Amino acid sequence: MRLLTKKANFNNSFSGNFDQIGDYKMPNHDVLIIGAGLAGMRAALAAKEAGSNVAIISKVTPVRSHSNAAQGGINAALTDRGDDWTEHAYETVKGSDYLGDQDAIEILSREAGRAVIELEHMGVVFSRDEDGRLGARRFGGQARARTFFVADITGQALLHALFEQLLKSGITLYEEWFVSSLHIENGQCRGVFAFDMKTGKLEFIQAKSVVLATGGCGRIYEPSTNGLIVTGDGMALANSAGAPLMDMEMVQYHPTTLKSNGILITEAARGEGGYLYNALGERFMEKYAPSMKELASRDVVSRAEQTEINEGRGIDGCVFLDVRHLGREFIEQRLGYINEVALDYLGVNLADQPIPIRPGMHYMMGGVKTDVNGQTAIKGLFAAGENACVSVHGSNRLGANSLLDTIVFGRRSGTASAEFSKQIEHSKFSQSALNDEQNRIDTLMARPDNGDRVAKIRLEMGQAMNENVAVFRNEDGMNKAIETLADLRERYDSVPVMSKGKVFNTGLIFALELGYMLDVAQTIAVSAASRKESRGAHNRPDMPSRDDENFLKHTMANRSGKNIKIEHLPVVITQWEPQERVY
Amino acid sequence: MQVTLKVKRYDPELPEDQRNYYQDYDLDISENSTVLDCLIDIREYQDETLSLRCSCRGAICGSCAMKVNGNAALACKAKITNVIDSNNSITVGPMGNHEIVKDLVVDIGDFWNKLRAIKPWIAPIGPEPETEYITPNEDMQHLTGIVGCILCGACVSDCTVLEVDKNFLGPAALAKAYRFVADPRDGESNSRLESYNEYGGIWDCTRCMACIEVCPKGVAPMDRIMSLREKSIEAGYTNTAGARHSEAFESLVAHSGNLNETQLLIKTIGIFNFPKLISLIPFAVRAAINRKVPPLIHKNIPGVENIRRIHKLIKSSKK
Repeated sequence: MRLLTKKANFNNSFSGNFDQIGDYKMPNHDVLIIGAGLAGMRAALAAKEAGSNVAIISKVTPVRSHSNAAQGGINAALTDRGDDWTEHAYETVKGSDYLGDQDAIEILSREAGRAVIELEHMGVVFSRDEDGRLGARRFGGQARARTFFVADITGQALLHALFEQLLKSGITLYEEWFVSSLHIENGQCRGVFAFDMKTGKLEFIQAKSVVLATGGCGRIYEPSTNGLIVTGDGMALANSAGAPLMDMEMVQYHPTTLKSNGILITEAARGEGGYLYNALGERFMEKYAPSMKELASRDVVSRAEQTEINEGRGIDGCVFLDVRHLGREFIEQRLGYINEVALDYLGVNLADQPIPIRPGMHYMMGGVKTDVNGQTAIKGLFAAGENACVSVHGSNRLGANSLLDTIVFGRRSGTASAEFSKQIEHSKFSQSALNDEQNRIDTLMARPDNGDRVAKIRLEMGQAMNENVAVFRNEDGMNKAIETLADLRERYDSVPVMSKGKVFNTGLIFALELGYMLDVAQTIAVSAASRKESRGAHNRPDMPSRDDENFLKHTMANRSGKNIKIEHLPVVITQWEPQERVY
Repeated sequence: MQVTLKVKRYDPELPEDQRNYYQDYDLDISENSTVLDCLIDIREYQDETLSLRCSCRGAICGSCAMKVNGNAALACKAKITNVIDSNNSITVGPMGNHEIVKDLVVDIGDFWNKLRAIKPWIAPIGPEPETEYITPNEDMQHLTGIVGCILCGACVSDCTVLEVDKNFLGPAALAKAYRFVADPRDGESNSRLESYNEYGGIWDCTRCMACIEVCPKGVAPMDRIMSLREKSIEAGYTNTAGARHSEAFESLVAHSGNLNETQLLIKTIGIFNFPKLISLIPFAVRAAINRKVPPLIHKNIPGVENIRRIHKLIKSSKK
């Protein structure tokens, strides 16, 4: 049958390069990318273009990656319509509450136009204006409409377009393989240990360079807008290997999430003209952000909502989002997905009723510290996307900048890792390292049943984080979180894995993911306690002002075993001196 | 509320005669829950060995397609109050038409192979412009509906053709094929359409509507396949039994006001396709013996001129 002669080339680990060592075939690559979301796939395509032997490894099929949940759009200042990238850059700097590194932000804004046009050429079905040109909507923290979108499923549209390019490229994909650790030799990353989820067999995959693109860490919080797979794997792997995590205290609570299941309602609902009301029917954002109102930066809006709720002007812990005035047809065309969500989970059509929403944990501004080319502190280890921190988002990310971040820095990391790999050779294979890793996992699997459960520990962690390191923080709360996490970590060290099989053992996966989450949660809580000021998403009424004199600097969390040591790094300032931040 | 989930399980590590079995799980859960909420509750607190794929909980990642009470659905969209029976039970099993890996996890390798087979990437016309392609918003809006496909596999799970012929490309791949044919920026419509006319392509759909029924995103794959058929015929790919059948159907009804089944059969096969025609003689004989042969002399219906006028009107308005 002519149509089916070319296979999709998945799990073709042994059809690519490999070294034969006795009976053992060890796959090796120039560049190995962990994570097949937007950043990962963009990096892979860039590395392939640079001539490398590239492979991607992902614990889920690429299109299941959480990039698909992004809804609203992607920012870009297109010069051919009179927009100015320095305007976008300034708004991003201000949005970051001056913690963002301005050299990186300049790159983000300057390369945005190219990124969006490239996506359009890949076939993304961006919405158009009457002249057939790319249409834009307004988004938070920006005066001009420069957010390009596909209804309210922009993330899905981008992810699928990149997946199509991936299929076209023939890049090797280790689909549903789980990375259990990085292999670091003499301070250099030499590959990963991973097992095929379908067989449970552990392999060492050798690589001259590794790019971490595993996304955020939302499941550390309960609730969260994030999918169940978002467990901070890359951040934990890097930190354990010796790379610092930067600005981990900067956790974004998105203003509009559903109470019942934490699902995201896009900022585009406000961008297209929606209003926020409290229980008294007041459009309360007029008080907190007289100029931009509902489109102030996300931390400002979330704090406003939480204040209204805390002061008794909410209902059932929520305030209200109203888009009725946009009209039924408009909602169906531009906000169709969230309308379905409202119908499915609230039984409400957005054209008929306002919906109750509240702030919910959504995004991690912090991550593995990288330079503007994705290079981390470990030779041969790169990072891009949400799991990296360049930093372009500082202490608060503007909406529609995350999709942009993944494409711009995904591409740069892919190119840089390919260039790096050309300069080095593989190291010698170590059977003992593979055996050690196998023993580690076997030991975990062999733990006796002491009555504790992985799910219980995760839930307690999620609740502790959502209570103490959320929209408003204080000294006692953060210290309590640190203590709770230490207790949970101890429990984790003896929690049993109740699922013993080799084939698709999701119980084992959860146990490993919980380990990653506890590590990352610890860096969040410790980093938060160390920042003695309020800035962006890190807001503490016990120290309510921004302190540029002492804290205009990044928090660096270095791990050594179970301990975190905090250091600092100055913020790079090019054009914009810190000012008072008002919306 | 109290709910019982009857889960069809599979464990390849057990001896062959014990691998397939059902397991019942009782749980007490909020009545606003979905089937996925139940499954997550089970695997977190009752039985960590239950394997399933899931992630977003919001019908956007496509991981959790499975059979709920025998029909494909996204577990995160299936509200328990809609699917419980009179005993408050729900039956859950893996997607159909795929080999089971474990419990509710199936091998979707074939799904990706079929997607890859239709060349699912934009093949641009000529050199790329400096900025964006200029395209009308209506085209992008139309495509947005089809791009809304989350590749969950529900349609493929319940496709009745795939139950008997694994060579069929399937509703998901063909709906995606339509997405490219309908994209004004793609320059390979003709070669795409030509390839979809092969065995396993658009003419193998039996129009059972199962895919439209189960699609959680309103993609309506069968409708897309029908659009591909139309476009194929318009593009001149008429040398298939399917195309001949469509054209014969139309011309026969337009001519006499109802269907001349004998002529339809002959025109579909092709009047000069002697081997095939001859091979049908045993079938014709059996039909005659069982008195299931249409009348040899086919009469026009009364008022057939009106049918012919309607037909003419439709044809001229389509131009």
